[in-house]
Amino acid sequence: MEMAWVWTGMVTLSLVFGLLSGNLDAVANAALEGARSAVELSLSMAGVLCLWSGVMEIMNACGLASGLARLFRPVLQRLLPEASKDPETLAAVSANVSANLLGLGNAATPLGIRAARKMARGCGGVASNELCLLVVLNTASIQLIPATIASVRAAAGCATPFDILPAVWLASLMSVAAGLLAAWLLSHGRVRR
Amino acid sequence: MNLSSLVIPVLLAGVAVYGLGKRVDVYAALTHGAEEGLSVLLRIVPALVGLLTAVSMFRASGAMEWLSGLFAPVLALLGIPPETTPLMLVRPVSGNGALAVASDLMASHGVDSYVGRVAAVMLGSTETTFYTIAVYFGSAGITKTRHTVPAALVADLTGFAAAALAVRLFFGG
Repeated sequence: MEMAWVWTGMVTLSLVFGLLSGNLDAVANAALEGARSAVELSLSMAGVLCLWSGVMEIMNACGLASGLARLFRPVLQRLLPEASKDPETLAAVSANVSANLLGLGNAATPLGIRAARKMARGCGGVASNELCLLVVLNTASIQLIPATIASVRAAAGCATPFDILPAVWLASLMSVAAGLLAAWLLSHGRVRR
Repeated sequence: MNLSSLVIPVLLAGVAVYGLGKRVDVYAALTHGAEEGLSVLLRIVPALVGLLTAVSMFRASGAMEWLSGLFAPVLALLGIPPETTPLMLVRPVSGNGALAVASDLMASHGVDSYVGRVAAVMLGSTETTFYTIAVYFGSAGITKTRHTVPAALVADLTGFAAAALAVRLFFGG
């Protein structure tokens, strides 16, 4: 429901500002352009999405996924106790966390989606506390090696593009902690469903 | 050499060799999993059409500049340099947009300046929040997202303030 408010707010503000600034032509074009770019973006990520879904399937079949799950179980059991009970969900979340840590954002998304779909089964379209937590974890970046940012800095002429690493780690840690705390506080006292 | 250019080939080859060693038909598993990827994609497209249409209109209308002006005094209180306001507004909705704004900040203020470093750390410590929410919940068929959006925005805002704090801490500002 929040997305309904966000969407209506953005579209309405765009109309108001378009009228006030005389940019209405640009706003109209931007609406059509945005819709088109959504499909282009989806198509451009389709290959990667399928590839990593396929790799996850191999990992499931040969036991690598359950090995990864064993590695992350001690932490995930505390964060997501319900999801950790299902071995396949636990494996998908573990793979999602690993990909995030490695800075493989393109792989983390399909793996996280896999976990989210399993966690959403039989909940009637209402996100559980744990599903909210999984999504919040993924909206707060937890990467160890921010390769993209380093390459942007290098491209801008920086001689030591990785010198910001400790600052990135500290800021990521604080942001993840704040997200977890906020999710916990906001879910506290509210009954699921 | 970029580290991620080592990780991906090693991961793909490693998983395949290990799977084959366990007598798993890795190719059949790969294509079966990829097929599932396609059905996920079908559910992502509608969510992205909704999101990107609104974002694109918002940016074209000039509302972004107005919001920047509105937030500047609040950000000064949190110790966040006001030059980074456009970056913070774009970051939750568009990954490519945020990269463009951050590159622009690095070019105009200097890549090793306070603002340039804060922009880089902001980029590294946050994610494209609304895109992530739309894609995850869209593919899982969730319509009631409950407290996800406010909690994720708290994480983002903390990340932005922490980025400025961390750069002052490690580099002096």
